[in-house]
Amino acid sequence: MQILRLKETVAFMSLRKYAMIFSAILMLASIASLATNKLNFGLDFTGGTLIEVGFEQAADLTQLREVLDSNGYQDAVVQLYGSSRDVVIRLGQRDDVKAEMLGNQVLKVLTDGTGQNVDMRRIEFVGASVGDELAEQGGLAMLTALICILVYVAFRFEWRFAIGSVVALFHDVLLTLGLFSVLGLEFDLTVLAAILAVIGYSLNDTIVVSDRIRENFRKVRNGSPEEIIDISLTQTLSRTFITSITTLLVLAALFFKGGALIHGFATALLFGVFVGTYSSIYVASSVALSLGISKEDLIPEVIEKEGADQEEMMP
Amino acid sequence: MLNKYPLWKTLMVMLIIAIGALYATPNLYGEAPAVQVSGLRGVEADTATLDQIKAQLEQSNIAYDSIALEKGQILTRFKNTESQLKARDILDEKLGKQYSVALNLTPNTPEWLASIGGVPMKLGLDLSGGVSFLMEVNMKEAMAKAKAGMVGEFRSELRNEKIRYRTVKEDGNAISVIFRKVEDLEAAESLLSKRYRDLLFKTDDDSLTLTASMTEQKEKEIREYALQQNITIIRNRVNELGVAEPLVQRQGKKHIVIELPGVQDTAKAKEILNATATIEFRLVDTEGDLGNALNGRVPASSILLTDRDGKPSLLKKRVMLTGDHITDAKSGFDEYSRPQVNISLDSAGGSKMSNGTKNNIGKPMATVFIEYKATDKKDAEGNIIFEKVEEIISIATIQARLGKQFRITGAGSQAEAHNLALLLRAGALIAPITIVEERTVGPTLGAENVKLGFQAIMMGFALVFIFMMVYYKAFGVVANLALGANLVLIVGIMSMIPGAALSLPGMAGIVLTVGMAVDANVLIFERIREEIREGKSIQQAIHQGYEAAFSTIIDANITTLIAALILFAIGTGPVKGFAITLSIGIITSMFTSVVASRTVVNAVWGGKSLKKLSI
Repeated sequence: MQILRLKETVAFMSLRKYAMIFSAILMLASIASLATNKLNFGLDFTGGTLIEVGFEQAADLTQLREVLDSNGYQDAVVQLYGSSRDVVIRLGQRDDVKAEMLGNQVLKVLTDGTGQNVDMRRIEFVGASVGDELAEQGGLAMLTALICILVYVAFRFEWRFAIGSVVALFHDVLLTLGLFSVLGLEFDLTVLAAILAVIGYSLNDTIVVSDRIRENFRKVRNGSPEEIIDISLTQTLSRTFITSITTLLVLAALFFKGGALIHGFATALLFGVFVGTYSSIYVASSVALSLGISKEDLIPEVIEKEGADQEEMMP
Repeated sequence: MLNKYPLWKTLMVMLIIAIGALYATPNLYGEAPAVQVSGLRGVEADTATLDQIKAQLEQSNIAYDSIALEKGQILTRFKNTESQLKARDILDEKLGKQYSVALNLTPNTPEWLASIGGVPMKLGLDLSGGVSFLMEVNMKEAMAKAKAGMVGEFRSELRNEKIRYRTVKEDGNAISVIFRKVEDLEAAESLLSKRYRDLLFKTDDDSLTLTASMTEQKEKEIREYALQQNITIIRNRVNELGVAEPLVQRQGKKHIVIELPGVQDTAKAKEILNATATIEFRLVDTEGDLGNALNGRVPASSILLTDRDGKPSLLKKRVMLTGDHITDAKSGFDEYSRPQVNISLDSAGGSKMSNGTKNNIGKPMATVFIEYKATDKKDAEGNIIFEKVEEIISIATIQARLGKQFRITGAGSQAEAHNLALLLRAGALIAPITIVEERTVGPTLGAENVKLGFQAIMMGFALVFIFMMVYYKAFGVVANLALGANLVLIVGIMSMIPGAALSLPGMAGIVLTVGMAVDANVLIFERIREEIREGKSIQQAIHQGYEAAFSTIIDANITTLIAALILFAIGTGPVKGFAITLSIGIITSMFTSVVASRTVVNAVWGGKSLKKLSI
């Protein structure tokens, strides 16, 4: 079975101007959204207290809000979580109580106020300083990852590819952050992990394409860099599609079966895989092309011994 | 011949997968309810305790499966949770305060498997339920205390050597001493720089000032000490909580992670972690009559306290010295290699001690450990009631007039001396700690997470399986075999690594690896198809497909591994779990999808003259 049976080379690069404009618009939109909407940072980053409780019957949010309100928790944000019986309550920092005791107090208030058997599912408390540190560390981690990858790709391939792939990664991360900002999805530690996984995935794709471009630069005698990139992209296209499909399949499994805690993680990866596939074709390759990648850059300087690969040819 | 592996290579691949499978099997056996008894404060459970437990259980007619003493802990397994709970209550009541009795789950791994180190994967707190705390050590306070201590030391050093000074004071990060005469300044410099080699001294002749600043090394030492001390104390307290497998670990420069699996009553856990302990030195009342005191007639100037074993002593009410003057306490050996505890006091403490002991040489002195322990009782407002527990931890005879440095000998065994030093230090925390993060996962959510994660893995696996089979036919089956082997290896390695715990994001990592691991096979298979299309022979195509795809696979995986390792470095708890499974998955997938799949391909298709390939 075959999904794509391409007889002729697809002229990907002829569209690269439009693709670049498209990417630029999306990136600008992401920046704009990040500047105005900001990211809806989760508890991990902001600090505060979160209490998840389970009720025996569907929870009455209005009643819960009243109970909390009358007990002095006016700032409590009450939301359903995953199902109609699960409720998440978020509270900011408070001066009057020791922060780490807040969760237990709220739990007691809820049990007394609703008269129902409340099942404590989880309590999370994060101090403000921890959140700040984490945000700093998270940003730093992403930067370090990008730099390490830049160095590795520059060392293994060529600096133009390295810049191409890092621009592609930056593009993917920015768009994913943009999506979270536009939709107002909660950005917590698992989403940060997902974004680093997106970096890994997108890079995987970019490397496969770059590898083939390098190979074809050596193999195909005639042809402009643009043609060679088109040939390489066409050759790797069916692999790109199939890997994206298998990855999207498992991510769909995570998204639908993994539960509410994993939702943000799955969302970031689902989107990231789409963007990553697109960027390895249009961003990484076209940046390398724009930087003037040529045959000479990729022909190995060492002169191979005559007949070095002779053995391989003989069955 | 093309596409034939030598026998040793095939065998090695089979061996590696077999080992992985072997260490993955303990996960299939499930767990049995157990009760774990361990000693507190240096007491170790021994064979006598073992017999005691056996007798208790038999007396109460509770059947158990097995009982064993291991590393100072006694583990008793039961058929069901009912007898486990009953046994816990009985043992808790009968064994007394010296032991902690905790509920536990022990793996049902068969003995032969356990004897070669086979253990099931550990579950993270988000799967097992429990609470984790992140505590921060107040380093500012630690530095401030160290500086204040040094100011006092400088004063007494200079006074002892009769060097006259005007003032000694803290000056930002340094300590400055101002003199009246240049000669004094010089004398002080040569004296102090010899005594305090870890400080940097600077003199200013114009203002007659000597400044001493801490070297980076010294500052680091103070921080390290504060952190280590807190960790030791927390470990001790956590042991009292009766948690089966607690984890107390440093994280970074000033944080301590505490994980208490299975703990639901977080309020009590927090109270115990936050509890304060103090030390007091008192003279023993040798004139009062102990017998009368025991009958309720305690002299007005004395109090009656007991030691750990319940032996009573009559002590003077007046406190000679409190523990906040202790700057350090270390266990060691005296000149006859008997265990001893060396105690250092700050200068104020030194003079108090000196005044208190000068007229009491030859008399016994008691060290009292005071702790505020949380009880099960609560007051009207729901706050936990604390009980003040005073306990004599040592009685020693005063041999001479004591000063800033003294030692307690005859503390018993080396373990006891060590323990005494630890308690002395516990009474003088140099840096206070606060809870900065807490995560509690209830047991229902934990169980639900396990179920959901498992379902997601199974569903993701099934989808990829079907897809590969339809798309690549026979080669798809090979890829699926590789995928199966990969999953087995991930589970096997996760079980083998002692520190690795499976978390919900970790399960997501496994799902993600399943999707991404087939990538290597897709690369290879697509390449083989291409080569066939170009008119190469089947064997050539298989060979070329694997060879050409190899470097691509390596490059692609190494870069992903970089991202995973960075995640591992910064992540904590569940996220670290994700990084671990992702990293392991990347490495094992390279092996299974390149080497293991090739083994199967070579065995089935290699070396034959084929016209068509089922790919």
